[in-house]
Amino acid sequence: MHEFTLAELSHLLQKREISSVELVETCLERAEQFNDGLNCFISLFPEPALERARHADELIGGGKAGPLTGIPVVHKDIFCTGGFKTSCASKMLDNFIAPYDATVVDKLNMAGSVMLGKTNMDEFAMGSSSETSFYGPVRNPWDASRVPGGSSGGSACAVSARLAPAATGTDTGGSIRQPAALCGVTGLKPTYGRVSRYGMIAFASSLDQGGPITQTAEDAALMLAAMSGFDENDATSAEAGVDNYTATLNKEIKGLKIGLPAEYFSEQLERPVTDAITAALNLLEEAGASIIEIELPNTELSIPVYYVIASAECSSNLSRYDGVRFGYRCDNPKDIDDLFCRSRGEGFGDEVKRRIMIGTYVLSAGYYDAYYLKAQQIRRMLRDEFSNALKQVDVIITPTTPSTAFPLGARVDDPVSMYLSDIYTVSVNLAGLPAISIPVGFNDGLPIGMQVIGDYFGEARILNVAHQYQQITDWHKRVPRDYQ
Amino acid sequence: MSFNKTTVQDIAWLARLAIDDQSIAGYEKDLTDILALVERMKKVNTADIQPLAHPLEIDTQLRPDAVTEENQRDDFQKIAPAITDGHYLVPKFVE
Amino acid sequence: MQWEPVIGLEIHVQLATKSKIFSGAANRFGAAANTQACAVDLGLPGALPVTNEAVLRMAVKFGLAVDATIAKRSVFARKNYFYPDLPKGYQISQYELPIVHDGRIRIELRDGAVKEVGITRAHLEEDAGKSMHEDFPGFTGIDLNRAGTPLIEIVSEPDMRAAGEAVAYMKKIHSLVRYLEISDGNMQEGSFRCDANVSIRPKGETKLGTRTETKNINSFRFVEQAINYEIHRQIAVVEAGNEVFQETLLFDPVKNETRPMRSKEEANDYRYFPDPDLPPVVIDNAYIETIRAQLPELPEQKRRRFMDDFGLSEYDSSYLTASKDTADYFETAVAATKGEAKLIANWIMSELSAALNRDNIDINVARVTAEMLAGLVNRIADNTVSNKIARQVFGAMWRGEGSADDIIEKQGLKQVTDTGEIEKSVDEVIAESGAQLEQYRNAPPEKQGKLVGYFVGQVMKKSRGKANPKQVNQLLSAKLKNLGRG
Repeated sequence: MHEFTLAELSHLLQKREISSVELVETCLERAEQFNDGLNCFISLFPEPALERARHADELIGGGKAGPLTGIPVVHKDIFCTGGFKTSCASKMLDNFIAPYDATVVDKLNMAGSVMLGKTNMDEFAMGSSSETSFYGPVRNPWDASRVPGGSSGGSACAVSARLAPAATGTDTGGSIRQPAALCGVTGLKPTYGRVSRYGMIAFASSLDQGGPITQTAEDAALMLAAMSGFDENDATSAEAGVDNYTATLNKEIKGLKIGLPAEYFSEQLERPVTDAITAALNLLEEAGASIIEIELPNTELSIPVYYVIASAECSSNLSRYDGVRFGYRCDNPKDIDDLFCRSRGEGFGDEVKRRIMIGTYVLSAGYYDAYYLKAQQIRRMLRDEFSNALKQVDVIITPTTPSTAFPLGARVDDPVSMYLSDIYTVSVNLAGLPAISIPVGFNDGLPIGMQVIGDYFGEARILNVAHQYQQITDWHKRVPRDYQ
Repeated sequence: MSFNKTTVQDIAWLARLAIDDQSIAGYEKDLTDILALVERMKKVNTADIQPLAHPLEIDTQLRPDAVTEENQRDDFQKIAPAITDGHYLVPKFVE
Repeated sequence: MQWEPVIGLEIHVQLATKSKIFSGAANRFGAAANTQACAVDLGLPGALPVTNEAVLRMAVKFGLAVDATIAKRSVFARKNYFYPDLPKGYQISQYELPIVHDGRIRIELRDGAVKEVGITRAHLEEDAGKSMHEDFPGFTGIDLNRAGTPLIEIVSEPDMRAAGEAVAYMKKIHSLVRYLEISDGNMQEGSFRCDANVSIRPKGETKLGTRTETKNINSFRFVEQAINYEIHRQIAVVEAGNEVFQETLLFDPVKNETRPMRSKEEANDYRYFPDPDLPPVVIDNAYIETIRAQLPELPEQKRRRFMDDFGLSEYDSSYLTASKDTADYFETAVAATKGEAKLIANWIMSELSAALNRDNIDINVARVTAEMLAGLVNRIADNTVSNKIARQVFGAMWRGEGSADDIIEKQGLKQVTDTGEIEKSVDEVIAESGAQLEQYRNAPPEKQGKLVGYFVGQVMKKSRGKANPKQVNQLLSAKLKNLGRG
């Protein structure tokens, strides 16, 4: 039953053809079987999961079930889960048992879903390959010698290998969409403010956004409906009402205007990726959509702007890890500065330290205007370009990544080349727009992802486009051979 | 701009990060490379453009003045490295 | 050379809200360590701040009271530095766009002159926790109950030229925040504390000298001492041919000197940037006007009203309105008499004020309440007791012996106004004072007046102070005149 989508499982549970306990047992068995090879989980919680599954079965029996009741989910280990280890894949938080639930976790619990465990990721979500984890790299189910993408690599890997029907992730510069693309699954980054950030450990506060990773757009719609909404504990949470995302999935896309930015199809894009996107666009055209060339001329600058803003915010957000109140503390600190410096120096990995240092530098006296302020100004230019484009078109379609999954270790020693691979995703975070990545083909057995970007709070629209595409294709149904 | 040993050490101190001597050279190179990437921004004229700190430019939401939190000291201090008499302990320092 | 000190103050005022500035934890002094620090105050991973509406209202109130500009859009920023009692590694404060700027306040100096001090800005921020260095051998204990307590930091222009002016300004701000009911102003508990920026320059010079900042001074007396110490120190440094360094100092009230802070924070680079967790605070005119309409009567308005309504002098009115508690005490007391404003004022400014000083307590906890003082003044007004006896009654009330009427009754202090009884005492005294009478007779008329005092004193003594002094005087004067002629 592991191969079913969330929507299908929900249907089977409601009809009581399967029980949540059976389903959870199956997922847990598979997770334990495959985690040695994939390393996609940091923690699994079999006992609490089975207990929740039993409770879910009672609810279903009592006719009190919602679409997520009894559905196993896995959470990226960046979401605080009360009473359970929440590590952010860092030595710094290896001993951290969160004393409270993130709003997203709370909402998914309230919706009846069953948490199986916590997924591996890049340390503090800083990375594009899930290799910077304190717990070792996650592997791509399509090719274990390759990365699954990151930072939500463990979540994308778990869904791709059919270890769980749905996962949560967070996306600061592509961390949901890029691993979804590299693992051949569906990943949605909602509009900034759509999903509460409370209890989601901050990397870059003005960019971070939680979202679902699932097999299909329909499943993403079910998950988003449960995860999103205004939260009085997050001052950046949007008050806009939550749409009925599933109600509009089946709308025809006849007349849909798709924007295609020439800047996203440059020479660095691998040919097979271009071909897969072109083929997908042709299918959408056949379904009645029209394609319009648009311009996003400053796209190339989104990488430097992103790395200034994200690093600046992270340098400050991560100052709270000082060895005083929680988390790692160095042995025998000789004085207070030694306590700070060694706890942080030993508790954080190299990539996190690099970003903290860059962020500290760009905010420091004499450099603020040249770097941080300048980045904020270009951020406005980038956002305005998107806003203008979205006046002419309904959605914008781009590749999610310039290439398919790269080999483990290929880019770890070259941070800049790693950063450049985020070129198609980061500007969406800078602008705060929603975007979804869906599988649109393969090259040499490795999945290719296509990104559909929508207008602010236009999640229903991009889910609709993605779902319509998935109705006429079966890329999203492909399961890596070893996990069928 | 490129980083040298001193600038790496200064920034590491400002960020309270202990960096061992062998890794300084690596940071010099990485940070210099990243900064070169960042400096691509320089070619854009941003005169008269207002900085954008927040993508949606919304106003902040406000909270009514009410006490909603209870004492959870025991829970919070279970995860602390060193506690005595309800205080977080650190090496003695002088203000 | 003549030196001119230049002084500016940064006053930190804790706001009297129920909950903290960015969390729902209680804002209350004196709880057991870390029992009022929630996930947000502790800076736990994932916790986020949400601004308390009441702090905005209080800041706007203050801004309106000092005739300042209220920013329609203000921004919280992060001030980044590491400190054990600063949980997040940054303090949420306001930097480029504070909620209040460009205000002014009038202060009265000791010589009666009035001076205007500019208020550069007043911004909202969170307080840090507290470090306890004494109780844990080899360690410092951190208590984060205070972390997240709302503060308004009021930054003055460098308009003051003497320590006394700085104290007058600080007292004025203290009085104002109490009038506005935005702070309890409790200096022992740290609700009201200040940093003093001091520099010197040759008299006539317009450029500012290098300033030092003396941190965390929590009494009016220490502010005066610290500033005076700093002025003299800086003059000595410069006159010895050296330079004043820009540095952060602490005042040691025991040694009465300032010393540099040991922490390396001085050379800090705070890396301020807008807090991405907190979008801008936007308020409109309607919001401001609603608050303006609710402003209480301010000291200046009250002072005028006391002069107009009660016929008090400018001096008395200023004295009585310097603190809201004193003004409230005065008005409550007057309301319980038949308009004895002047008498009440005199009693507050003399006997009550002396008693408060002696016991070092505030007027709102005075052992003689406004109602009790009114009871006493009523007995003075209707001639039941003389002023002298009244002071005795006041002392008894202060010791907790009851109301004025009780004490007068119990101790039989009612004034004697029966002319016959007084005349009897007068005659007795004259009969017993042969020598003094002789002296009186021989004295030239211009000196006789003075000698009457002796007889008055004797009569009062005989009546144990209860005889009406006015009547005693009249009777004695008349009788002695007659005897003098004899």
